[in-house]
Amino acid sequence: MKDATSEIKPRSALLKAKKFTLKISETTFVKTAEVNNFLTDFADVLLFITRTFKETFSRDFEFREFLRQCYQIGNKTLPLISVTGVIMGLVLTIQSRPALAKFGADAMLPGMVAISLVREMGPVITALICAGKIGSGMGAELGSMKVSEQIEAMEVSSTNPMRFLVVTRVVAATLMIPLLILYADALGIMGSWVGANLKGDVSFILFYSQAFTHFEFIDFLPAFIKSIFFGAVIGLVGCYKGYNAGRGTESVGIAATSAVVLGSLLVLIVDVIAVQFTDLL
Amino acid sequence: MDDTQTATIASEKSNKVKTVIDISNLKKSFGDQEVLRNVSLRLLNGENLVVLGKSGSGKSVLIKCIVGLLNADGGTINVLGENVGELKTNEMGELRKKIGFLFQSGALYDSMTVKQNLEFPLRRVRKDLSAKEIDEKVMEALDNVGLAEAINKMPSQLSGGMRKRISLARTIVVDPLIMLYDEPTTGLDPVTSDEISLLIERVQKKYKTSSIIITHDIECARMTANRVIMLHKGEVYLEGKLEKFETSEDELIKAFFKS
Repeated sequence: MKDATSEIKPRSALLKAKKFTLKISETTFVKTAEVNNFLTDFADVLLFITRTFKETFSRDFEFREFLRQCYQIGNKTLPLISVTGVIMGLVLTIQSRPALAKFGADAMLPGMVAISLVREMGPVITALICAGKIGSGMGAELGSMKVSEQIEAMEVSSTNPMRFLVVTRVVAATLMIPLLILYADALGIMGSWVGANLKGDVSFILFYSQAFTHFEFIDFLPAFIKSIFFGAVIGLVGCYKGYNAGRGTESVGIAATSAVVLGSLLVLIVDVIAVQFTDLL
Repeated sequence: MDDTQTATIASEKSNKVKTVIDISNLKKSFGDQEVLRNVSLRLLNGENLVVLGKSGSGKSVLIKCIVGLLNADGGTINVLGENVGELKTNEMGELRKKIGFLFQSGALYDSMTVKQNLEFPLRRVRKDLSAKEIDEKVMEALDNVGLAEAINKMPSQLSGGMRKRISLARTIVVDPLIMLYDEPTTGLDPVTSDEISLLIERVQKKYKTSSIIITHDIECARMTANRVIMLHKGEVYLEGKLEKFETSEDELIKAFFKS
C-alpha cells in the first residue's frame, strides 16, 4: 500500500511552485506595465515640452493674453511674495546673529544675509511659494477648462489652445518669476535690516552698504539664471498637469496638487544641478 | 465683410453644394471598446439631421470625429468636399471656420465676459472686421438669442439656459455653414429646452445652416428634425423622417420613443 503522505507532498510542492510562478509572472506583468506607463508619461512630457517650444517661436504669438498672464502672475502674487521676502530676511538675521556674535563677526551679518538670500534662499523659497500659488493655479485653471470642454471649444474655433493657453503662461512664468525673486531678495534684505534693529541700531544706508560690500556679480548671475529655469519649470509643470487632466472634477484637484508637488520637486532638482555649475565658477 | 467674402459665403450656402457632410463606414474605438462600428450618413444642404441613440451609442464621438477633435480609426468623413482625415493642421483650422459646434456643457470661457466670449472666435475667424463691426455682430448674435442684456456678465452669473443660449450665440456669430449640436437640451427644464429647440430652428432659417443635432430628447427632435437617424451599437439602426420612427413597430425604437 502506498504511503498517502508521500503522494500528497509532491502535489502540494507542485501547487506551491505553480502559485510562486504565477505570483512572479503577475508581479513582472504589473512592474512591466508600470515601467511602460512611466515611459509613456515621460514621452508625453517630452512631446508637450517640444510642442510648447515650437509654438513659442511660431508667428501669431498671443501677445495680449501673454500680458494678461504676466499681470496675473506678477501682480496677484506680489502680496504673498512681499510677506515671504520680509520674513525670510528677518528670520535669517535673528537666527544667524547669535552664531556670528560668538565669533565676533557681527559686522559680517548684513553681507552674509545678503549673499545667502540672493544666492540661494531667495530664489528657492520664492520659487517654492510660486510653485504652490502659480503652479497650482495653472493646473487647476487648465484642468477645469479641460473638464468643461473649453479647450476643445477653443480648438474648434480655429484657435491653437497650446499657443493661447500654454505658451502664454509658460513664457509669462519664465519672465515674471525671476522678477518676483529679485523683489523678494530686496524685501528680504529690508527684513534683515528690521531684524538687525531689533537688538541694535543700524541705519538703513549703512546696513545696505555693509550688505553689498562683499557682494559680487558672481553671487547674482548664477542665481538669476537658475531663477529663469525655476520659472520655466513651474510654468511647464502647471500647464502640463492641467492640460492633461482627466475627466471629472476629481481630476482638477489632482492636476492642481500634482502640479505643486512635481513643480516643487523639480525646483529643488534644478537647484541641485545649478549648484554644481556654480561651484565650478 | 468685403464683397469677395460675402459672395463666397452666399454661394457656399446656395444649392450648389448638395451634400455638405458625407460619412462612409466610419469606425472609432477606444482601446477594446468599439464605439462606432460602421456608420454611414449624409447631411444635405440646409437640413437639420437629428441623431438619436441611447447614452454611449457613439453620438458625441460621431460629431467630434466630423470636426477633427477625435481621429477616426477607419472610414472617410468628407466635409464640404474635403476629406477630414487627410487635412493638415492649418487646413483643418480653415475648415473649422465654417463649422459651429455647440458643446453639451456650453463651454463658455470662465475668465471672459459674455462680450469677450463672443469676440474671441470672431476676431480669429473674421480678421477683416473693424472693432465697430465686431461690436455690431456681437450685439446681433445676442439679440438673436434674446440675451442682449447679458453682454457684460460673467458666465458664472448666468443660469444653465442662459449659458446654452450664449454658447449658441458664440457659435452663430461667425456665420458658420454647418452647425453641430451636442445634446443642446440636456440638463435643462422642459420650458427652456423648448426655447433652445426653437432657437435651433430659427438659426437654420435665418443663417441657412445645415445641422447635425445629437440628442435623446424626443421633443427637441420633433421641433427641429428634417430627418432622423438612430444609432445603436455603433451602427445606423434606422434612418428617415420622424414619423417613420413614431409609427415603427420595432421594439427598440418603440422603447426609445416611449421613454
